[in-house]
Amino acid sequence: MKRIILVFILVVLADSARLEAHAFLKDAEPSVGSTVQTSPNEVRIRFTENIEPALSSIQILDASGKEVDKRDVHLDRSDHALLHVSLPRLGAGTYKVVWHVVSVDTHVTSGSFTFTVSR
Amino acid sequence: MKYLSLLYLLICAACQFGATSRAYAHGFAGARFFPATLSTDDPFVSDELSLPTVSTIRTPENGGTRETDISVDISKRITPEFAIGIGDTFTALNPHEGPAVNGFGNLELSGKYQLLKNGVHEAIVSIGLGVEVGGTGGRSVGADSFSTWTPGIFFGKGFGDLPTELAFLKPFALTGQIGIAIPTSASTRSVTVDAQTGERETEIEWHPDVIEWGFALEYSVIYLQSQVKDIGLRAPFDRLIPLVEFAFESPVNRGAQGQTTGTINPGIIWAGKYFQLGVEAVVPINERTGNNVGVIAQLHFFIDDLFPHSLGRPLFGGNK
Repeated sequence: MKRIILVFILVVLADSARLEAHAFLKDAEPSVGSTVQTSPNEVRIRFTENIEPALSSIQILDASGKEVDKRDVHLDRSDHALLHVSLPRLGAGTYKVVWHVVSVDTHVTSGSFTFTVSR
Repeated sequence: MKYLSLLYLLICAACQFGATSRAYAHGFAGARFFPATLSTDDPFVSDELSLPTVSTIRTPENGGTRETDISVDISKRITPEFAIGIGDTFTALNPHEGPAVNGFGNLELSGKYQLLKNGVHEAIVSIGLGVEVGGTGGRSVGADSFSTWTPGIFFGKGFGDLPTELAFLKPFALTGQIGIAIPTSASTRSVTVDAQTGERETEIEWHPDVIEWGFALEYSVIYLQSQVKDIGLRAPFDRLIPLVEFAFESPVNRGAQGQTTGTINPGIIWAGKYFQLGVEAVVPINERTGNNVGVIAQLHFFIDDLFPHSLGRPLFGGNK
């Protein structure tokens, strides 16, 4: 019984030593629900956990549902909780950001928000 | 003993192997995070630990009795859609008159199967069966000598699919449950002997079937700021979920029909990475339930986030 308890404790401690959790959106640029004066060059989303980029995505959709981003989602070099996707010059209108990420401990989260370009 | 160690190691290895697949786990349906509620049961299956849940309220019994409960509940996923749970409660009763008593209540076991999860509509539906195991608790704190079976259905629905014009209502969500508690004994007969006359008196206490129902209306600041509008709230206020829970019990037979009791519990939950904290006022809905406001508080751990590669994964079937 002692051996079982010891193995159990070691496994649990080893597991908890690399704590990660579900990735929530922490902040974004343009910010959630905001209106910006001019077209941003990119959308950045910072999450509460480090992200697995190969299994994560961000799409920027226009009012008709067409994807308008440059499909180059990538992780920030210095902040592995920050994803970028580049944008062409956007016209005035409301755009939907759809994200789907996998944190490094494999937990999946997803969400969406909008921002508006005023001119 | 050697084989038990081997079995445990194999289970751990299986969990580690399963860690390569992706995990959704506790309380998520699409973009919606449903917190664990304090007074009504959750609609989702998960690996979670409530330790402790503490409540205190003055009840009408014996001219007014202060009842304080300290409980623990743990839930473990067997498969991604099926979880089992076990819990118990330590109760301290301090009557206005007479001696205080305390002890453990009956052991409570449960199983829950998640029938539906729809990310687009932020909806979850589960069915479950709870069993209060009679005779496992102390009679002095009112633990029954008979078991009670409670089949039930649980649901959760986020309002994220509302139209854009109602964007600020999208952070609302409703969770709820309805079940019927069926005691295995319809009545308890007790015989008392009058010390002076020697006469025997028989008392019969009836145990009705009881519909247990309740719901929780919650507004998620997490959802508001990540899905609708960043209003600039930062830690710790960006993780708050104000809510109101409604928990009722309605007997349906054996002379107790219509004698509904229940509480309305306004409160707030703070949901962190690995645990959440919740506190609610407990407001009786009628005199039958009580005349005093109580309080309930809970510390709740997300085992799947704390131990994502071992304890926090389903034993079988990987994750999805």
